[in-house]
Amino acid sequence: MARRRDRTQQLASRAVQIGFLLAVLALWYAATNFWGVNHLLLPNPVTVFHQLVDVLKSGQFLPDLRVTATEFVVAFLLAMASGTLVGFFVSRSPYWIRVFEPLFAGINSIPIILLLPLYVLFFGLGAASKIAIGATISFFPIVLSTVAGFGNVDRMLVTAARSMGASDYQLFRYVLVPAALPVILSGLRIGFTVALLSILGSETIASLAGLGHQIVQLAENMEMAQMFAYVVFVLAITALLNVLVSRLEARGRRHG
Amino acid sequence: MSTGEVAIRIKSVGHHFGEAGEARHVRALADTSLDIVRGELLCLIGPSGCGKSTLLNVIGGLLAPTSGTVEVAGKPVHGPMPHDIAYIFQENALFPWNTVDQNVRLGMLFQGVPKSAHAARAQKSLEAVGLAEFADHYPAQLSGGMRQRAALARALSLQTDILLMDEPFGALDEQTRMILGEDLSVLLARTEKTIVFVTHSLGEAVFLADRVAVFSARPGTVKKILRIDEPHPRNPDFVTSEKFTALRNELYALLHDEIRKAVGSEAPRGRRGANGGAM
Repeated sequence: MARRRDRTQQLASRAVQIGFLLAVLALWYAATNFWGVNHLLLPNPVTVFHQLVDVLKSGQFLPDLRVTATEFVVAFLLAMASGTLVGFFVSRSPYWIRVFEPLFAGINSIPIILLLPLYVLFFGLGAASKIAIGATISFFPIVLSTVAGFGNVDRMLVTAARSMGASDYQLFRYVLVPAALPVILSGLRIGFTVALLSILGSETIASLAGLGHQIVQLAENMEMAQMFAYVVFVLAITALLNVLVSRLEARGRRHG
Repeated sequence: MSTGEVAIRIKSVGHHFGEAGEARHVRALADTSLDIVRGELLCLIGPSGCGKSTLLNVIGGLLAPTSGTVEVAGKPVHGPMPHDIAYIFQENALFPWNTVDQNVRLGMLFQGVPKSAHAARAQKSLEAVGLAEFADHYPAQLSGGMRQRAALARALSLQTDILLMDEPFGALDEQTRMILGEDLSVLLARTEKTIVFVTHSLGEAVFLADRVAVFSARPGTVKKILRIDEPHPRNPDFVTSEKFTALRNELYALLHDEIRKAVGSEAPRGRRGANGGAM
């Protein structure tokens, strides 16, 4: 009974969400076709759709996608490895938690993206600066959640495991990790999102290649329809990735 | 039931938290000596903060005492002894991400039981506590009483000679407590385990124990030992017998002064101290 009601409610909220997207699309169509908004500023959605089909068919997006994807994967892996490692070691001592947790939280709350010019000076206009800024920005939510996850494991569970003879490795594998995992996963999801965001953003500001770079190039050449096609393409990819990551997180939570 | 052989020897154990002179310095336990006989169920009872849980943690090797030593099966205790001692805590010591069955198996994995023996031993101990049907439930899906049964099953599966129980039914309601106590008495009559059981409840102590060690107020030490001569498994009718009532009253009289002292030392002198003992 309750499950069916949940299901109905879920369908209803999905319908509203899809309705909202359709309404935006309808507004867009009306603005360009009936209300005389300049096509140079806002191209017709139908034109954009045709452009999108062209872009996808020709495969011209592939080199830029490859650049952005590589930057993102490397940046996120770096942030994940360093964030969880540093977070775990900080969480081992209440003193280190008191020292580092406010420090990380403070840095996490400032707009690190403002340091992009510095990153470009240090790492150049290419992929390296994007990887560096993406890894830096996504490091903080990951390290913070890891410290919180490992730092707040119920002492009772640790004592119980020790009393039954758990070794250090067993304690880590069967108690600390499952206890901390849900919190760490939510940090990883945030880290994932901000890494993608900062990499695409920095590509639009100063870069040599990548999807963000391509979008700015098209805008500067006033090829608005194609630019919008790319924007839609990137939005679709990020939306898909976010759904995927949320699913993964939910699964990890259930098991963890 | 008991053979007279000493299972746990507590030799002038004392413990304080923090250093002398510090604001948080607390003398929890004062020079306590006690021999616990193999196969007996010994209840530790006393006012709050009298150090009975501290003593249990010292016996279990979870806490190194400031002074004195504890010997288990002739060996001095320096840390957890998972092959000799199993622990049952007040609550929430089950791993919430594991099912009941997985919890029991994890205990055996930690203790070093060969994998091939896990299934049979888990099954046996879950049946012993009447939880076989709930093997695949997660702790959150169980009532408080069932969770403690699961914790008991996990401890039994370790097949240790000694069980330490730190107010295992303390968080449960009165009725669940009674039933679990009866079941525990039946269960223990069948095994030859030595059990140290910390409790706040006079009735629980008299119903379960072979001997009850009454603690004085902080810094606690054993003030008197009360013997309960009644065979296990104890009949539920024991609770309504005159013998039970007499023993319970004796225990109450022993405890009353100590509780009054404990309350008096926490409250400012005067009214609260004077009224605190009424219970």
